[in-house]
Amino acid sequence: MKHDLIIIGGGPAGLAAALGAREKGITDILIIERDRRLGGILNQCIHNGFGLHTFKEELTGPEYAARFISRIEEAGIPYILNTMVIDIAMSDARKIVTAMNEEQGLFTLEADAVILAMGCRERPRGALNIPGYRPAGIYSAGTAQYFVNVLGRMPGKEVVILGSGDIGLIMAKRMTIEGARVRLVAELMPYSGGLKRNIVQCLNDFDIPLKLSHTVINIHGKDRVEGVTIAEVDSKGKPVEGTEEYISCDTLLLSCGLIPENELSQQLGVELNPVTNGPFVNESLETNISGVFACGNVLHVHDLVDYVSGEATQAGYNAAKYIAGKTTGTAKYIPIRGVNGVRYTVPSSICIDNMDERLTVRFRVGAVYKNVKIVVKAADTVLMSISKKIVAPGEMEQVILLKNKLTEIENCNEIVIGVEVQND
Amino acid sequence: MYDVLIIGAGVIGCAIARELSKYQCDIAVVERESDVCEGTSKANSAIIHAGYDAIPGTLKARFNAKGNAMMTELSKRLDIPFKRDGSMVLCFDEKRISELEELKRRGMENGIEGLQILSRQEAVQIEPSLSDEVVAVLYAPTAGIVCPFEMTIAFAENSVMNGAKYYFNREVTGIRRESGYFDISTSAGNMQAKIVVNAAGVYADVIHNMVCEEKIHITPRRGEYCLMDKNAGALVSHTLFQLPGKFGKGILVTPTVHGNLLVGPTATDEDDREGVYTTGEGLAKVLKEGARSVSSFPNRQVITSFAGLRAHEDSGDFVLGEKADGFFDAAGIASPGLSCAPAIGEYIAGLVAAKLNAVSRCDYVAERKGIPHINTATKEEREALIAADSSFAKVVCRCELVTEGEIKAAIHRPLGAKTLDGIKRRTRAGMGRCQSGFCSPKVLEILAKELDKDISEITKCGEDSGFLIGYNKGGAR
Repeated sequence: MKHDLIIIGGGPAGLAAALGAREKGITDILIIERDRRLGGILNQCIHNGFGLHTFKEELTGPEYAARFISRIEEAGIPYILNTMVIDIAMSDARKIVTAMNEEQGLFTLEADAVILAMGCRERPRGALNIPGYRPAGIYSAGTAQYFVNVLGRMPGKEVVILGSGDIGLIMAKRMTIEGARVRLVAELMPYSGGLKRNIVQCLNDFDIPLKLSHTVINIHGKDRVEGVTIAEVDSKGKPVEGTEEYISCDTLLLSCGLIPENELSQQLGVELNPVTNGPFVNESLETNISGVFACGNVLHVHDLVDYVSGEATQAGYNAAKYIAGKTTGTAKYIPIRGVNGVRYTVPSSICIDNMDERLTVRFRVGAVYKNVKIVVKAADTVLMSISKKIVAPGEMEQVILLKNKLTEIENCNEIVIGVEVQND
Repeated sequence: MYDVLIIGAGVIGCAIARELSKYQCDIAVVERESDVCEGTSKANSAIIHAGYDAIPGTLKARFNAKGNAMMTELSKRLDIPFKRDGSMVLCFDEKRISELEELKRRGMENGIEGLQILSRQEAVQIEPSLSDEVVAVLYAPTAGIVCPFEMTIAFAENSVMNGAKYYFNREVTGIRRESGYFDISTSAGNMQAKIVVNAAGVYADVIHNMVCEEKIHITPRRGEYCLMDKNAGALVSHTLFQLPGKFGKGILVTPTVHGNLLVGPTATDEDDREGVYTTGEGLAKVLKEGARSVSSFPNRQVITSFAGLRAHEDSGDFVLGEKADGFFDAAGIASPGLSCAPAIGEYIAGLVAAKLNAVSRCDYVAERKGIPHINTATKEEREALIAADSSFAKVVCRCELVTEGEIKAAIHRPLGAKTLDGIKRRTRAGMGRCQSGFCSPKVLEILAKELDKDISEITKCGEDSGFLIGYNKGGAR
């Protein structure tokens, strides 16, 4: 089977990308989803707060997903569920997608363009090198969320959470509401990895302590978790002797970062940015492989689904342009670089000829900065300078580049985005 | 009344059971944990040593050479993932090359073939990732890597095919000699057997001392390991040891048969026979010393860490044979125990069979096939598996590409999996880079459905390792 566009993943990114491509006139689209329903991880996010930007109202995760799913249904965009893509390969300019499911067995599809929208996974205990025993009772926060919200089961009663990522914060509140006692959230860094609003609504409102610059240094219990030892860490992240504290608990939840799932992308030869673990993309959210686009958490981990939808819609538009043959393949690319505390930018390069009038560049900073300016420069021209009371690693930032401004600049070889101290 | 009761369903107990099942005799294997391969057998270097390391004349030397040689045929007959990747002992100091030569001499005395001292230049030709520190190596082409889970499970399954019975969650608490048989008290009632075989791992001294006059003493020696992502698995193509030095035996770096990279172990004597914990210092040491062996050591690619206990007997050697009338030891099986397991199995089974005057079975089934794995199957094999059972197209574990068909097969085989860890060891579901974050709820659901239980009754590895403790406030739905 041959399609104009195959979208791998039917979560928020895949759905918005499909709608974006359809809006721009692409009809032959197939969404491939590995789970038993569309919507991805939103289906287990039953808390509210989704959609403030997109719909100007507060929705739960399943409600937010349902709005997109019904638009997919209305548009008649085909999708297949319970289907795992196991390989993507190139054959000349065509993309060969190998997948399997119970109905069709092992099968291959062809596409002119592919949008990668596989999402991300949670960093497991092993990757954190937490010493101790390996009993039952250690879960990544998202796995616990699935148990509680989808299966209706409690994974534990006395909970310590390591990492202040958003899922951990949300699970602190969720477990508390369901009757568990959340002892504390320990965060290795001197700042939280999650959104400010989640700290307030999920921890402060429930009197759950957040211990910054703390980590778990031992897990106790041979069969089931019986407790953990936490300790303060120094500026290098090393435990400080004498600060150890034993906390009795039956459950340890981990919310220590998300990793884009780019195993398929790597099979295809997509180049990854070691900072984001997502593909390097250009202004069209296109990877180094022509006609292969990426969006959502497989590209870089987002805080808000609204931004995922926005980014993915754009990926859909761009894929449509590619399919219609409206992009130039040979134009000059200008790198975009994060400097002075900006860890990465998406996109990481742009072709001015191919960009829309307005291009959103998303980025994260590497530390907490107060009363600073975000400064964007091209050549030596300052394109914009935006004052910020605070920027933090847990909150994605964005700037909008204007095509007409960039075309005015002569010898534009590089765009840099950095944090600068406010002089006044 | 059983002819033989084997205590312990680790690789040694299961290897003995399999060899004994070639004879006409009734075999019971009694295990305190809920599955086979729950002790030392599940947490070790996963290596079939060449056999140059052991002191000539010791049991370790004798059984290592033999066990290694047996693996070629065994791995085919029992469908055990095994590869002769060859090992290197790395020397970091010109002045110590003589120690490599000493090891080589020792190996030749042990009957190990193909040993060669390679210069740095020669070694780098076949192992380009060696670190700049390496000046020479002892190359042992017969060394191999194996899946210790599958090896143990294969022995056990093959013995079941030939009539052996396994009893889990049954701890031996006492052994009384009666006339012509033993009365064995366990946590689940008494059992009787003419012969008792002690393969109780770190508890083998406890079992031995219940029966024998001459006591033995085992120290659990804890070894910590780090397992790395498959992205790092191709870093090396040989098992790399370090020449033992003043900082201890050294840390090995090896590919695994499944394509990961394994680094370890440390060696710390432990009082607790269940002390399988890792430490901050231990893991740091593993990564620091492992990095000496290879250039661009991928220490950020760790996906899990674990510790295992080697059963170190005071004598430093294995304790094998009939140590009291009708009581046989396979005790003190520290490293290279996994490598020796096939040979120890054959040896002890031979002694027991002679004692029983047992004759060979004419209906002995020598071949065993493992669970088919979609991940490693060819396109044609995949299509055939899916055509026969469509659940082989339903992916449960995305990291290791494990399907529902494989998980169901693992549950319904002889000695089928009952726990998450049981599924993990048989199918690799949960072994990958997300470490079961995505698949554990699905595996729980499949286990519950296939075993006709509620998901709250499914545990990680034993009765007390429950995953879920109850319902939400909404209650049962």
